[in-house]
Amino acid sequence: MLTHDYDVVVIGSGAGGGTVAQELAPMVAQGVRILVLEQGARLEDDEFTGGELEMSAALYEDGGGFLTADGTMTLAFGRAYGGSTVVYTGTSLVAPDRVIREWCVSGLEFPDIERRSRKFMVQNDVHFLPRVLLNENNKLFVAGCARVGAKAEQFPLNLRGCKGSSLCNLGCPNAAKMGTHRVQLPNAERAGVEVVTRAEALRLEERAVVVRVHEKKDGEKGLPSGWAPGEHRITARMIVSCGGSIGTSALLLRSPVTKGIPRLGERFTCHPAHILVAEHDRPITNDVGHPKSYYVDRAEHEGYVLETCMYFPFVTAKNLTGFGRDHSTFMRAFPRLQMILVLACDKAVSGNRITVDAAGRPVVHYTFTPEVIRSMVSATRMSARIFFAAGARRVHAPSADPPLIEREQAYRLDDLVVEKHFTPGRLSISAAHMMGGCAMGAEGSAVTDSRGRVYGMPWLRVADSSLFPDSVEVNPYLTVMALADRVAEGVREDWRA
Amino acid sequence: MSGLVLTPVRATFRAVAETVVPETATLDADGWREMHDLVEGALSSRPESVRRQLVTFLRLVEYLPVARHFHRFSRLAPASRTEVLSRLERSGRLVLRRGMWGVRTLVFLGYYTRPAVQEALGYRAHRDGWSTRRAPAGPDIVAIDTDGGARGS
Repeated sequence: MLTHDYDVVVIGSGAGGGTVAQELAPMVAQGVRILVLEQGARLEDDEFTGGELEMSAALYEDGGGFLTADGTMTLAFGRAYGGSTVVYTGTSLVAPDRVIREWCVSGLEFPDIERRSRKFMVQNDVHFLPRVLLNENNKLFVAGCARVGAKAEQFPLNLRGCKGSSLCNLGCPNAAKMGTHRVQLPNAERAGVEVVTRAEALRLEERAVVVRVHEKKDGEKGLPSGWAPGEHRITARMIVSCGGSIGTSALLLRSPVTKGIPRLGERFTCHPAHILVAEHDRPITNDVGHPKSYYVDRAEHEGYVLETCMYFPFVTAKNLTGFGRDHSTFMRAFPRLQMILVLACDKAVSGNRITVDAAGRPVVHYTFTPEVIRSMVSATRMSARIFFAAGARRVHAPSADPPLIEREQAYRLDDLVVEKHFTPGRLSISAAHMMGGCAMGAEGSAVTDSRGRVYGMPWLRVADSSLFPDSVEVNPYLTVMALADRVAEGVREDWRA
Repeated sequence: MSGLVLTPVRATFRAVAETVVPETATLDADGWREMHDLVEGALSSRPESVRRQLVTFLRLVEYLPVARHFHRFSRLAPASRTEVLSRLERSGRLVLRRGMWGVRTLVFLGYYTRPAVQEALGYRAHRDGWSTRRAPAGPDIVAIDTDGGARGS
């Protein structure tokens, strides 16, 4: 096994790891050696083709089809230089004041999260998309919302030079999305931080991490790793784990030195989501333009958020309930389809947690609570009203049976879309906002303090969405960056001390 | 790679595919090969246990109809195949619903990720975005005021 020695090792290069790397980078000038380890590959710009299957395989864990333990939900998270910031849509919202207060983490205040979030909004060029570039998929959502009295708000987006490819979730082919792979990681590398890709963290040891560097396979996208294939042991004075909710939790759970930490793997939430689809009488612009420009926030009182979205043919087919002639007919209407993503703001409950199997692989246990089901059904009814108000001919509602609802039946939505038809295993449910597992809080009831310091392990920090003690109820990346900024600040202070 | 996992259940998978996506019934030999290769490619990165479960489930699908329809699944008429798969999809047992969901997902993957099919659907997403549809108007950037509001610029 090859050995290396660094001062700080950052595991993961997404919103958390990229931010920590950038914020610690000035220490390199003082002689501090910093290394970032990333499990995925670093793709060259011309490798972002927008091809549905090839990009999913190249950028997502399990091609985006990671299943929960009972197989009723797929979890999509990135595995590449830049982590999930390569594959999100760039929506940039500050965590609500109410949510931070409800988290009730001593030492964590909303003004601090807000200040740090806004710092990264500026750095990531966050702005509202020019209205002239909005597609009809989004405009119809706004029009439908206005007619049913729902308040549609525009998403601030971290884009620079967006051409409207609509391919954000497959990695922007125009380098327009300001993820950590475009902003924070290059900044860190320019300052002397080293990044090693294709490096899978196998286990933590006392002030050390063992990784397996994978060889680039034939036909695989991305650059080879800068390190030789095989196992490497890296010692460090400080290790910051930023592998995401599932990655960090699993790493700590399979490492003998950390697996006994109380509450590890608990408080998992993920904003379970449905993709709802409606058919219009005429073609609309849906597969061109930024896909996710507006949202309706009903999180506080009704437990859901609606977002515009547009997915690719396979993902769309998978998310339509059923099969056969009706399904195919709907798919053939692709140029006439409008889509809304329904997200439930789930709460941390016992039982919904991350564990590892005998081989150390992550296993996510998740049961849909009655509250989540109620929220998703309620959100589906509201989405159907918005679709019909926007002129849709029929709506595909997963919590209806049969799922296709014609315009003439719109007045019966409360009878047709009901909780008894929410059947896990029959309808498609997915999530892309994995949170919790290494929650912040008081010692004994949480894994870390409000600065990501793992209790009892002064050499180990966490800086990713696993810190969230409950769901954040908005797209989480900006909050992850704000928390990672706090963690990096703590590392710098401790280093000086 | 072709045939690694599906070989022992190829006839069943094809019958399921024709039921899930009726258009697959018109695929020629090259089309089926392409579809099988896509499915096998997706399966190659899945754990061995998942691949075994898939084969077991497809065997179950093949023989389940014998008691009710007196024929194996792959020899049933289209309407009867639909009935069998619908019953699985609505089964009270999660393991059967999951199995059906997984198989249909594979069929969709094999069919709807093919460029020719995506083009036939009218899916036209392109890296050049708006410039392939119409000339975009001049910039109208609206910056975010970091104090909370929005301002045009």
